[in-house]
Amino acid sequence: MSSVLYDAQGPRAKRRNVLFTVVFLVALAALLWWVFGTLNDKGQLEWALWKPFFTGTEAWSTYIWPGLQNTLKAAVLAVVIALPLGAALGIARLSDHAWVRVPAAVVVEFFRSIPVLVLMIFGLALFAEYTNVSSDDRPLYAVVTGLVLYNASVLAEIVRSGILALPKGQAEGAMAIGLRKGQVMRLILLPQAVTAMLPAIVSQLVVILKDTALGGAILTFPELLASANTMSGYYGANVIASYTVVAVIYIALNFALTSFAGWLERRLRRAKKSTGAVLKADDVETADAGTVGKV
Amino acid sequence: MKLRKVSAASAAVLALALTATACGGDDGGDSGSSGGGDKKITIGIKFDQPGLGQKTPDGYAGFDVDVATYVAKKLGYTEDQIEWKESKSADRETMLQRGDVDFIAATYSITPERSEKVDFAGPYLLAHQDVLLRADDDKIKSPEDLNNAKLCSVTGSTSAQNIKKKLAPKAQLQPYPTYSACLPGLQNGAVDALTTDDSILAGYASQAQFKGKFKLGGFKLTNENYGIGVKKGSDLKNKINDALEAMVAEGAWDKAVKDNFGPANYKNEPAPKIGDIKS
Amino acid sequence: MFDFLDKYDLLGAFWTTVQLAVLSAVGSLIWGTILAAMRVGPVPLMRGFGTAYVNIVRNIPLTVIILFASLGLNQTLGVTLGGGNDFETINFRLAVLGLVLYTSSFVCEALRSGINTVPVGQAEAARALGLSFGQVLRLVVLPQAFRSSVVPLANVLIALIKNTTVAAAIGVAETALLMKEMIENEAQLLLISAVIALVFVVLTLPTGLILGWVGKKVAVKR
Repeated sequence: MSSVLYDAQGPRAKRRNVLFTVVFLVALAALLWWVFGTLNDKGQLEWALWKPFFTGTEAWSTYIWPGLQNTLKAAVLAVVIALPLGAALGIARLSDHAWVRVPAAVVVEFFRSIPVLVLMIFGLALFAEYTNVSSDDRPLYAVVTGLVLYNASVLAEIVRSGILALPKGQAEGAMAIGLRKGQVMRLILLPQAVTAMLPAIVSQLVVILKDTALGGAILTFPELLASANTMSGYYGANVIASYTVVAVIYIALNFALTSFAGWLERRLRRAKKSTGAVLKADDVETADAGTVGKV
Repeated sequence: MKLRKVSAASAAVLALALTATACGGDDGGDSGSSGGGDKKITIGIKFDQPGLGQKTPDGYAGFDVDVATYVAKKLGYTEDQIEWKESKSADRETMLQRGDVDFIAATYSITPERSEKVDFAGPYLLAHQDVLLRADDDKIKSPEDLNNAKLCSVTGSTSAQNIKKKLAPKAQLQPYPTYSACLPGLQNGAVDALTTDDSILAGYASQAQFKGKFKLGGFKLTNENYGIGVKKGSDLKNKINDALEAMVAEGAWDKAVKDNFGPANYKNEPAPKIGDIKS
Repeated sequence: MFDFLDKYDLLGAFWTTVQLAVLSAVGSLIWGTILAAMRVGPVPLMRGFGTAYVNIVRNIPLTVIILFASLGLNQTLGVTLGGGNDFETINFRLAVLGLVLYTSSFVCEALRSGINTVPVGQAEAARALGLSFGQVLRLVVLPQAFRSSVVPLANVLIALIKNTTVAAAIGVAETALLMKEMIENEAQLLLISAVIALVFVVLTLPTGLILGWVGKKVAVKR
């Protein structure tokens, strides 16, 4: 679509393009010049602050890797618990019986409209007050609880829209050959919907991964972002350097996941056997209220 | 059959991720599991306070760590038998009450409220709430000058709120997750002072990068009697007190102070007598 | 039962949350539209910038972005955003800036998918009339794109309302920070959580319902 928005460019348009390019480049360069110049003035670019990340592995093995492990652990636990829960809720919302459909809808809508951070803070206090989970594990439990409650309801919506995205003929055909409702869901709809949903689920992983950072910043969960805090205490308060390195790791990790989701989506679209209904990675945004832009 | 391959691939990825994290999962360590079946002692310290308790690539370092190591030795544990745990300020009482740790040496000030929940051995250091200033700052000479100043401290810290309530109601407060996040701002003039115990501040000021850049205000705003926290009613309390006395008598206390606070030009108080809590 | 609430400025925190959300929403819509225009425009450098911006910003946790705004922009680069000497104002504005930088990448993507729903013939016809890129976008494509992006944009807005809680990381006195403070001081966990949950349900549910209805109303029937 984008290329149909403008004509093949003639000499005048080309000149204007060059002008725009130059102006934009100058503005961008000026901004970068100011940022790096000031950072340099303030001594934030001194090699001593950045050295730990580039020479030797001690910064990585002592601080970053253990932090990253906790980030991944929380994210994977959250997905593994949220997936079946979400699937159950999603299918419940499609039920013919109002007494199943309505409560499921209430639960899903409720947890989707509350910030994960609020759920996490609630979880932390809950585990401290009513359980004897040790203080070591409490932040992990709280983070996972918050992530599961929220993401189960998001995944429920993904499952629901995955099933609704299938062509009507599938369910009709199945019923025509005499399958019961449960069989239609189990044998016909779900298998197709699951493959159709895969890209959306993978991109939900990105959201979960980013959300774990809340646990480090506001609860006391020792994940990747929090490891930057401990680390900067040891390396002479190199907070800017530490946070930059951590941000780059997040970008790399999430970019890999996003690309994987895109690749899955393209591959599934090409696969001839499917019904062609593929929930785009981006569809999470349209399918669900909360997903987009969650931290 | 492409679809099946994709599902299998994603299952494999998930399984991989799981095992990768599972391997790392157990180094958090529950105090019971030790390789040789030896006895172990679990000690709570801070992980992010240079000079007192800081996680380093070679283990843990700081004054609290030295004191705790010495005490553990007197209790009959070698250095290898010590298991260090991070005890954040807010978690300390709970950790002791639940028995997650045997004792805690983590800038743990003895207060009446805390003494209701846990027992304290010591004190082993008398610190004071103070401010860290830029070396060239001559505006803040007395605690009263902190009014109108911009203060930085960590989220949930009581020291900053203390100042705001008692001394400088007009002072502004910037909270961060860790003290080291305050330092760039202090260096650049975005904040005027970093406030917490002088022992902690000395730890930061003595780092090589900051030599000559910061100074302590020397205001002695409060008395902070650092004690070693143990479970209420624990018989460890007396043993630890004996160990602390021995540490001072043997000169190991002086050495630990010199090692950890020396470069900061931090004028420490003399070793406090056991049970002598300055209010 | 609700006596303890008197000690806390719940209304003030709620108001801060609303202000954060509204200001950030306006900012993100503007910056996101500019980004979308860059991404579909004829200048390769701007296209590259737009793509790079979206891909980088979308993949960083908002917490990191907001901490960077405070630690990097304010404490190191000395940006105060006109807040003068007052930390409360500065932090509030920095939080808005962080939210705008983050949310605009999602606004950009929502708009781009909206642009993609406009039939090719619309743009082709506009070009055949001799309109320039700016005119095609402004007069023909974007008005239709906005109409079909109402629902995805509403979702971005709801996410934004919830994301305002992250401003707690730099000490902006909004609802989540108040909740943490209340839980630490009062033994009323369930009650406090219920009140805070209600605050967000009140903010997000109607937003979703109203904008969903508007979205159906204005959608271009094809």
